[in-house]
Amino acid sequence: MSDRPMLKVDRLTKTYRSAGGALTVLKEVSFQISAGATVAIVGPSGSGKTTLLGLCAGLDRPTSGSVAVAGEAIGEMDEDARALVRNAHVGFVFQNFQLIPTLTALENVLVPVELAGDSSREGEARELLARVGLGERYGHYPVQLSGGEQQRVALARAFMNRPKILFCDEPTGNLDGDTAAAMVDLIFGLNRERGTTLVLVTHDLELAKQCQRIIRLRGGAVLSDEQTQVV
Amino acid sequence: MNFILKMAWRDSRASRRRLVLVSLSVVLGIAALVGIGSLADNLQRTVEQQTKALLGSDLSVSARAPFPEAAEKYFATLGGEQAREIGLTSMVGFPTRENRRKLVQVRALEGNFPFYGELVTVPSGAMAQVLAGHSALLEETLLVQFGLQVGDEVSLGQATFTVAGALKKMPGESAAVATLSPRVYISRASLEETGLLKSRIFTTYRVYFKLPPTRDPDALVVTMKEKFQKQRWKYATVEERKRDLGQALKDTYSFISLVGFVALFLGAVGVASAMHVYIRQKLTTVAVLRCLGASARTSFAVYLIQGAGVGLIGAVCGAALGISVQLILPMVLKDFLPFTVEFYVSWAAVGKGAMAGLVICLLFTLLPLLTVRRVSPLLAIRSAQGESQGRDPWRLGLFFVIASAVLGFAIWQTGHWQTGLGFALMMAFGFGTLTGMAALVSWAAKRFVPKKSLAYVWRQGLANLHRPNNRTVLLLLSLGLGTFLMLTLVLTRDSLVEKLSGLGGGSRPNVMFFDIQDDQVARLKTIITGTGATVVGEAPIVTMKLASLKGRTADEIMKDDKSGVPGWTLRREYRSTYRATLTETEKITEGTFIGHVAPGTEVVPLSVETSLAKDLQLKLNDVLVFDVQGVPVKAYVASLREVDWQRMQANFYLVFPEGVLEPAPKTFVAAAHAATPADSSRLQQAVWKEFPSISAIDLSLVLQTVMGILEKVSFVISFMAAFTVLTGIIVLAGAVLTGRFQRIRETVLLRTLGATRKQLRQIQLVEYAVLGVLAAVTGGGLAVAANALLARFVFKMPFTLSPGVLATSIAASVAITILTGLAANRGIVDHPPLEVLRQET
Repeated sequence: MSDRPMLKVDRLTKTYRSAGGALTVLKEVSFQISAGATVAIVGPSGSGKTTLLGLCAGLDRPTSGSVAVAGEAIGEMDEDARALVRNAHVGFVFQNFQLIPTLTALENVLVPVELAGDSSREGEARELLARVGLGERYGHYPVQLSGGEQQRVALARAFMNRPKILFCDEPTGNLDGDTAAAMVDLIFGLNRERGTTLVLVTHDLELAKQCQRIIRLRGGAVLSDEQTQVV
Repeated sequence: MNFILKMAWRDSRASRRRLVLVSLSVVLGIAALVGIGSLADNLQRTVEQQTKALLGSDLSVSARAPFPEAAEKYFATLGGEQAREIGLTSMVGFPTRENRRKLVQVRALEGNFPFYGELVTVPSGAMAQVLAGHSALLEETLLVQFGLQVGDEVSLGQATFTVAGALKKMPGESAAVATLSPRVYISRASLEETGLLKSRIFTTYRVYFKLPPTRDPDALVVTMKEKFQKQRWKYATVEERKRDLGQALKDTYSFISLVGFVALFLGAVGVASAMHVYIRQKLTTVAVLRCLGASARTSFAVYLIQGAGVGLIGAVCGAALGISVQLILPMVLKDFLPFTVEFYVSWAAVGKGAMAGLVICLLFTLLPLLTVRRVSPLLAIRSAQGESQGRDPWRLGLFFVIASAVLGFAIWQTGHWQTGLGFALMMAFGFGTLTGMAALVSWAAKRFVPKKSLAYVWRQGLANLHRPNNRTVLLLLSLGLGTFLMLTLVLTRDSLVEKLSGLGGGSRPNVMFFDIQDDQVARLKTIITGTGATVVGEAPIVTMKLASLKGRTADEIMKDDKSGVPGWTLRREYRSTYRATLTETEKITEGTFIGHVAPGTEVVPLSVETSLAKDLQLKLNDVLVFDVQGVPVKAYVASLREVDWQRMQANFYLVFPEGVLEPAPKTFVAAAHAATPADSSRLQQAVWKEFPSISAIDLSLVLQTVMGILEKVSFVISFMAAFTVLTGIIVLAGAVLTGRFQRIRETVLLRTLGATRKQLRQIQLVEYAVLGVLAAVTGGGLAVAANALLARFVFKMPFTLSPGVLATSIAASVAITILTGLAANRGIVDHPPLEVLRQET
């Protein structure tokens, strides 16, 4: 783990405006995450977790404040520039897997590198699928895979572009206990192997405790920011 | 680019059949454009190839009187070969067929006409026999209609002829000519024996020239016009015929290509709608791609490629089908073409039609595709955040481009910006009305359907009309437009037929006699009353030409390009009458009708029909001079008269008072009313027996002829309209199938919650029945409005409505909707919910 911040969030605020008036869902949130660290963001529903994840991963623009990923200030970038940053540095695992239904497992895993114009890494994609235990399921479509299998394909896809930082949004939220445990082992295992920074949004405190640090949100503000026993 | 193509291909996997189905919506529209364009090229080429056959000669000159001696001398100096023809209308009698008679065009020929092109007769040497004398060549339809055979006898005036054969094809004339009035060829020498020439005032004298190669026909026309400038002859050269024919053909295919364009437009709307649903289902995929680093442009390009693919498949299939359509079109149009069209594939037309189709399809596909650019990657983690808020200026720009493309296409096809604009506005009005109706229906379904008192299946079925992703607009458009087009055709045809059928009703005349000589009038009246018929009226006819108008000679005005007076009004031979009173078909709009003047009046008061007065730019008291067969007659406009031309009666542009024209050479027309067709036939037989030179027009025969033409025209229009109607059905099927994909989860959920098969069917039935009824009623309403407008402004007749036709069309439209809806949703309600979910999603 290095001391250089992989993710730097400074006085981040997000306000949604609608006909019913303005709604501030994040208020002046600030923190830094070092490269290689594992951090859980926890909080009750409506506390702003998903909004914070979206802003940190460059999926949305803040109303005020700044976000820097791998040293690049993404808050001020336009959408296409942020897309390039995501493709170069960021990996995602979603609660509902979000595999592209019309692509096979292998094709799903290849999307991030093919997007970057690199069509030569099929072997690596196969290895990743084998690493998550789906070595024989390359040609299967998402609809032919169970929930756990789909999430493992999503994990392989998330690591395919060798991301510097991996964002997981409730990665076990749609999985049963055993499958969820196996998934958690895989996430942390791959994270260790590849030295990736891990940011995990979850309700699950047991899962959060497996991270080195827990940031608690309530009402759109940081309630606490603590180190755990995990090294 | 590699990724975009790869992703577009992979992503289409599960939807390829559906996308191909979507592309079918534009196939017929493109096929129509390709077929018509290709036919146009074929016609053009045929016109070029058969140039000389278009006229049968290098030059023809027609006159209303025998050519003067000076002209004959001049013609003799031109060299080459000449043929002469005298044309008049007369009754031909069939003594071997119970003395039945028919009004025909008699053509008395001398010489080897046609010089170019193929004269087709059965047997092949029939024309030679005709030219030898005492034989007649009859239009093939006459032989068929009266069951005549070669060797039978026919009578013309006072002479009898032997049928030499059937005329199948004369160069430069279409079969439609025969429908209007069948042709009978005899020799010029035999015409004298008929005695018809003496009593005819509607006679055409024509000379056909086969010129030496050194003579340019068009230059010769210029010389002849100069040399014989006082003669108002009509000239026809191959170049001129080519030009006229080219223009007529262009007008025809411009019109039918616009009908094809309506099909393409409707299909494109269908594609846009289906793509809209398709793209909505792809939004999460787009969001995931964005999360993984795809730019807005990349994701947009992926779906643009798919949209272009849809258009391309449509264009290719449409082009292929269009080539087949082009094979059929000459058969459809055969009665209207003066030559046989040889088929070849015009790749330029195929390319143009396919390209126009592709562009229109792409433009419409871009509408739903624009959404892709605005999909937020946040959608992958939060379903509420679909696309960026706010107005999309690109969308507005695209609407502008589509409107411009439609307008541009219409102007390109019609060649006139006013007509093109009119067409585009009409399309906008039709589509706007149907879309507005759909919006109204959705709103009403939401606002007025009772929430409690109505049975569940009714509430659910009606709610489907306004819920998100409803298909109300598309179904109303496709069904409404189809109903509108077909019903407009049927109603207009019915109105025309009803009007024609009613023409001879009451005590109105239903038999007209003409070419009556002075000394025959009294006896004719006796014959008419003697057979139990009544004389409704008679009128003298005096032919005259306009010599001068408001102090300027007709020739001067004709040479003046800026006069604004149409040439036909100056050149024509006016057949005028004189009488003391107005008839019931006339109404004075300005001035006073003067019915009698003292003999020797210097300037005669004249009553001029309003439309002619407008063309001649005449006001009350303007002075005109007429050349009444050599005698100048000066007149002033004493009154302007409105005439109901549609009444079967002798109507005139110019009515003189009594006391002026009596000494001039003249013939008479007489109108009679016979109570029954049998009385009419008896009357005509009696007249013919005594006066074989008097011609008669029987209203029932006119009706029959007009019906024949109407049938042919309506067949051509129906053929083209069928493209739109079939496109409507494809779009309808596509919309219903799209609904299947959209509604499948809901149906399965209802099934899971205990809905019976009957209930699910009833829900669908309610939705489709309501849509079918509304579409049919809206389309029917538009058709009734269009029919009323056509009746008022084009056919100038009172508007009539046939409730039976309307009811049948509406019932058919509803039935098609319900059947398509139920057929497309079959299987969903018959199988266990899980099985359906697994197969369909």
